[in-house]
Amino acid sequence: MKTAIGGAAVRRVTGKCAGLQRRALAHPGSVILRMLVYGAGILTAALCLFLVGTVLVRGIPALKPSLFAFTSNSETLSMLPSVFNTLEMIFLTLLIALPVGLGTAVYLTEYASRASRLVSLLRMAVETLQGLPSVLFGLFGYLLFVTAFGWGYSMMAGVLTLVLIILPVLIRTAEEAILSVPDSYREGSYALGAGRLRTVFRVILPAALPGILGGVVLSVGRIVGETAALIFTAGTAVSYFTGDVMGAGRTLAVHLYALWNEGLSTSEAYATAVILLVFAVVINALSEYLTGKLRKRYAE
Amino acid sequence: MTRDTVTARVLRKDLHPRGGISHRVTEGVSRILFLLFACVSILSVLTIVLFLLVQGVPALSEIGVTEFLFGSEWRPSADIYGVLTMVVGSLSVTAGAIIAGVPLALLTAIFLARFCPAPFYRVLKPVLRLMAGIPSVVYGFFGLTVIVPILYNVFGSGKGILSASVLLGMMILPTVAEVSENALRAVPGSYYEGALALGATPEAGVFSVVLPAARPGVSAAIVLGIGRAIGEATAVVMVAGNQPVLPDGLLSGVRTLTANIVLEMSYAADLHLGALIATGIVLFVFVLLTNVALAALRHTGRQK
Repeated sequence: MKTAIGGAAVRRVTGKCAGLQRRALAHPGSVILRMLVYGAGILTAALCLFLVGTVLVRGIPALKPSLFAFTSNSETLSMLPSVFNTLEMIFLTLLIALPVGLGTAVYLTEYASRASRLVSLLRMAVETLQGLPSVLFGLFGYLLFVTAFGWGYSMMAGVLTLVLIILPVLIRTAEEAILSVPDSYREGSYALGAGRLRTVFRVILPAALPGILGGVVLSVGRIVGETAALIFTAGTAVSYFTGDVMGAGRTLAVHLYALWNEGLSTSEAYATAVILLVFAVVINALSEYLTGKLRKRYAE
Repeated sequence: MTRDTVTARVLRKDLHPRGGISHRVTEGVSRILFLLFACVSILSVLTIVLFLLVQGVPALSEIGVTEFLFGSEWRPSADIYGVLTMVVGSLSVTAGAIIAGVPLALLTAIFLARFCPAPFYRVLKPVLRLMAGIPSVVYGFFGLTVIVPILYNVFGSGKGILSASVLLGMMILPTVAEVSENALRAVPGSYYEGALALGATPEAGVFSVVLPAARPGVSAAIVLGIGRAIGEATAVVMVAGNQPVLPDGLLSGVRTLTANIVLEMSYAADLHLGALIATGIVLFVFVLLTNVALAALRHTGRQK
């Protein structure tokens, strides 16, 4: 009896192994597909590591104190003024875009009726804005702000162009965040006697905050990485940080582009790329953290 | 639909119990304010279209539409403007990017959605997100200093369709992979289980049942990639060579529509500037076409 049971177990185990072998022989296509799929996953990860690794390996040794001097000229090639310009650009762009984006999202979700013609027009506009390449925004910004308004290359022209670029991102993420706030919140607020405006500001927007912040973080990423839309609006001028809104100024990404355009040394460019990469990593981490928070909040 | 509850209907008629005059005024003013904010996007799109048309169409008619679209010579110094070479350039690097990037992106998406072990997923997913968040100018610089030299050493020529395609393929990879992964995950599990029950191997089940079921979403991901590739300017300018000539092979340098604008805006004036704006209009039309395709695909996806 004992041996018979043992025999059955052995037969089952060997049968499984033989089954695997048989599968490889009977379905060579499946095995190849599986290898392809695994290979693709590994290759994708390797590509990204290669990209990041190259930037770090070539850029970190090139980081030197003179790159962070307050004045940037052909000797120092300092990126510090560009870093400050980037921060100013982020601040001003969000200052303008955030109220407009949030207002639009609130209108879409809390005020407008779904079937209205304005809403479908608005959706079309947002989708169009989202799909436009940044070089077209740059062209438009150049024609309107730089030329027609006569501002010349200026931070303000860059800021307004960037507002148009991040507006669809803000609207979409805020809308999604507001829609994910349970209706019971609204009903509870109304039942307590709050008006619609108070409900929006005291109940809905606070509840949707992680999602909205996620959109803000995405927008900051767009602003930091943008070049094509800024070259002909904010310009490529750089010497030292002035903070002057009507003056020209290059952001960090534009700085890297300009280093290439002016044919200057690659090691300084790689050092700049490292700092841009740091920005990207921080923005990414923040965004992961916020989506995680959002998921936890509405997991119940 | 839950919004159409009794509360919502009461609110729409502004029959709220606390309807004092001042309260009504603030509510009304805020409603108008939100409406105005919402109109900003619509006005922006209209202004952009209007500006491009008003400033581009006169140049277009001065040059002649056929001469502009089908002329293969671009010599601003002689006032000769034909964008055929750039249309071909844009289309060829976009096609190259799709060929280089989409198969890898799709396989990666399948890996992520169905085969990836959990520990590896926790690494690969953030890596992909980071890849999507790296600025295009960094990609361009990477292409210039890594991809171009490699191609130069192997083929004897660096900047051109091939280098731009490989670089753009890398750039669209994370987007196409992520959107496709979501589409694959949205396919009901019963499809896959049914395939297995009928005797399919897991691989066969995914490739012949799940993947076809996710086709609208996957197509949308690819069209999204096409839109990205055709609109990319900074990275392409750095690696494509930018010669306004008709390409005669994978290694020949090309100038894309986007590159044409970026390269010449700084010193263009008069008819030259008009011609650049008209280049922008051509680009706009291409992007609009991909947008329409995307909307149509999303629509069929939703119906399914």
